[in-house]
Amino acid sequence: MNVRKVARRNPWHGYIVHWQLVVMFFPVIVALTLFHYIPLYGIIIAFKDFKLSKGIMGSEWVGLLQFQKLLIMPSFQEVFRNTILISALRILFGFPAPILLAILLNEIANARFKKVVQTISYLPHFLSWVVLGGIFTQFLSPSTGFINRIIEFFGGTPVYFMADPSVFVGVLIVTGIWKEIGWGTVIYLACMAGINTELYEAATVDGANRLQRVLHVTLPGLVPVISIQFILNSGNLVNAGFDQIFNMYNESVYRVADIIDTYVYRRGLIDQQYSFSAAAGLFKNIISFILVLFTNVLVKRLNGGEGGIW
Amino acid sequence: MVAKKRVAYKSRWSQVFDGANAALMVFLCLAVLLPFWFLLVQSLDNVSRLSGGLYLWPQEFTLKYYRKVLSSKYIWLGYMNTLYRVGFGTLLSLFCTSMGAYAISKKYFPHRTFWTFFMLFTMFFGGGLIPTFLWYRTLGFIDNRLVYILPGMVGVYNLVMIRNFISTIPGEMEESARLDGANDFQIYLHIILPMSKPILATVGLWLIVGNWNAWFDCLVYMRSGSKQVLQVVLRRILNEGSNEMLEGANVEDMAVSPEMLKAATIFVSTIPVLLIYPFLQKYFVKGIYVGSLKG
Repeated sequence: MNVRKVARRNPWHGYIVHWQLVVMFFPVIVALTLFHYIPLYGIIIAFKDFKLSKGIMGSEWVGLLQFQKLLIMPSFQEVFRNTILISALRILFGFPAPILLAILLNEIANARFKKVVQTISYLPHFLSWVVLGGIFTQFLSPSTGFINRIIEFFGGTPVYFMADPSVFVGVLIVTGIWKEIGWGTVIYLACMAGINTELYEAATVDGANRLQRVLHVTLPGLVPVISIQFILNSGNLVNAGFDQIFNMYNESVYRVADIIDTYVYRRGLIDQQYSFSAAAGLFKNIISFILVLFTNVLVKRLNGGEGGIW
Repeated sequence: MVAKKRVAYKSRWSQVFDGANAALMVFLCLAVLLPFWFLLVQSLDNVSRLSGGLYLWPQEFTLKYYRKVLSSKYIWLGYMNTLYRVGFGTLLSLFCTSMGAYAISKKYFPHRTFWTFFMLFTMFFGGGLIPTFLWYRTLGFIDNRLVYILPGMVGVYNLVMIRNFISTIPGEMEESARLDGANDFQIYLHIILPMSKPILATVGLWLIVGNWNAWFDCLVYMRSGSKQVLQVVLRRILNEGSNEMLEGANVEDMAVSPEMLKAATIFVSTIPVLLIYPFLQKYFVKGIYVGSLKG
């Protein structure tokens, strides 16, 4: 009886009783501590003037100096604007695109045709932006590219898709949608398969046409998934898609396509301005984190306390 | 679809919509396939495309670009390094992640809420590139192949998917095994692992594709050319126009156009994925269905 009382009071008792589970969970603790939490400690270099030779502890504190430098620097202001603009366009066009495609796929009656379309549309998802960047550089090339050949055939002049700042952002958005639109439908189609067919039958009996069934049965059924996807994506407002841009951009389009992540990479790893670029990175991560929290609260409130991710 | 079949009569508009929808889908498929096809034709054509015409078929079939690419030492080294991370990285991650998922799926896991938060937090806030780089440098990851497999040994998103799946497994078998004196390790190995095959297949495939396509860690941490993964070798040939990577390749004629050579390099590094994905994509999809069930 005494032992039991002690056990109940001792918060570490569970670790002894279930030591086997703890051992099995141990790699998770080690990996996340080593590869996620300890780097968090390194964030303090954003408040220091970090020198490799002096180490993190030995480097001098400078307070918010790096952030001040960051915020008044015209190049960072430009980079910040680019980031927000590119990701806003991605959310505006890229987020609804797979929902629309999923609805259109769901309307196809021929199962085999639907399957073929799905399989083909998934393809780009499985390839890296290194490969796709290479493919688009060739496909959109002004001299040998397919698209420019067609433009020339109709008497137009070739467009420098990858080097003209006025079209490059458009290229990013369209190729971004091109890569993920097919795969993005998977989760929505899974959700549609779960909608009760009686709802469709009832709607038909009530005289609803196909469009009305989509609007009043399919879409409302998708709302929970759409909100979760939206929350998970909301942090991306400051995350304009490093992989894609890094593999597609070049100096002639830096003005419109340089984003926070590419900027941090060049400033930090190429120019070795560690503290400055760590500050830029931290600035981005904090905004991203706040956005996720904010969107979660917002979605919960709109859905009457439900549909958040926590 | 079920509902649609019950409707005997389709209005004219409905039929027009079906036609337009089918046309749109065919267009979508062409839009996906055309860039690949165009590139494939380019890489197989002996006639340089720098001047004139648009062809959907090679005019003069040749494999010389492929021969040149495949005789490059770095392409093969890249393949080896990529296979290394695909193999070891995937296995290690699958093992650690599924084991952790089983442990945390138990309601009586000590401080379960805390540890769940401990994991999920990493999905939404991170140290960022520079602090991570400096720490990995301290760990000795520069120019060390361990950076390909260790940081990815636990995937939180994958862990949550597997945990959700495990919590849908009925508890009876586990109960009876426990009565027979099985401990948690044995239950994990002999009951949970075999019963989680669908989700493990899916997560395993995600890891394989992720490892195959990974390039950034290599770009940041690797110095020597012999340790670089295929994607980075490809990247250097494409973006930096670096012919150094194709050095050692026997150049039988000097008139090799760099564009065609790049096209061939892209295919050499992509063909395994192109060949395999149509057969595996159903497992990917299945995993999303299974894992997204609330656990």
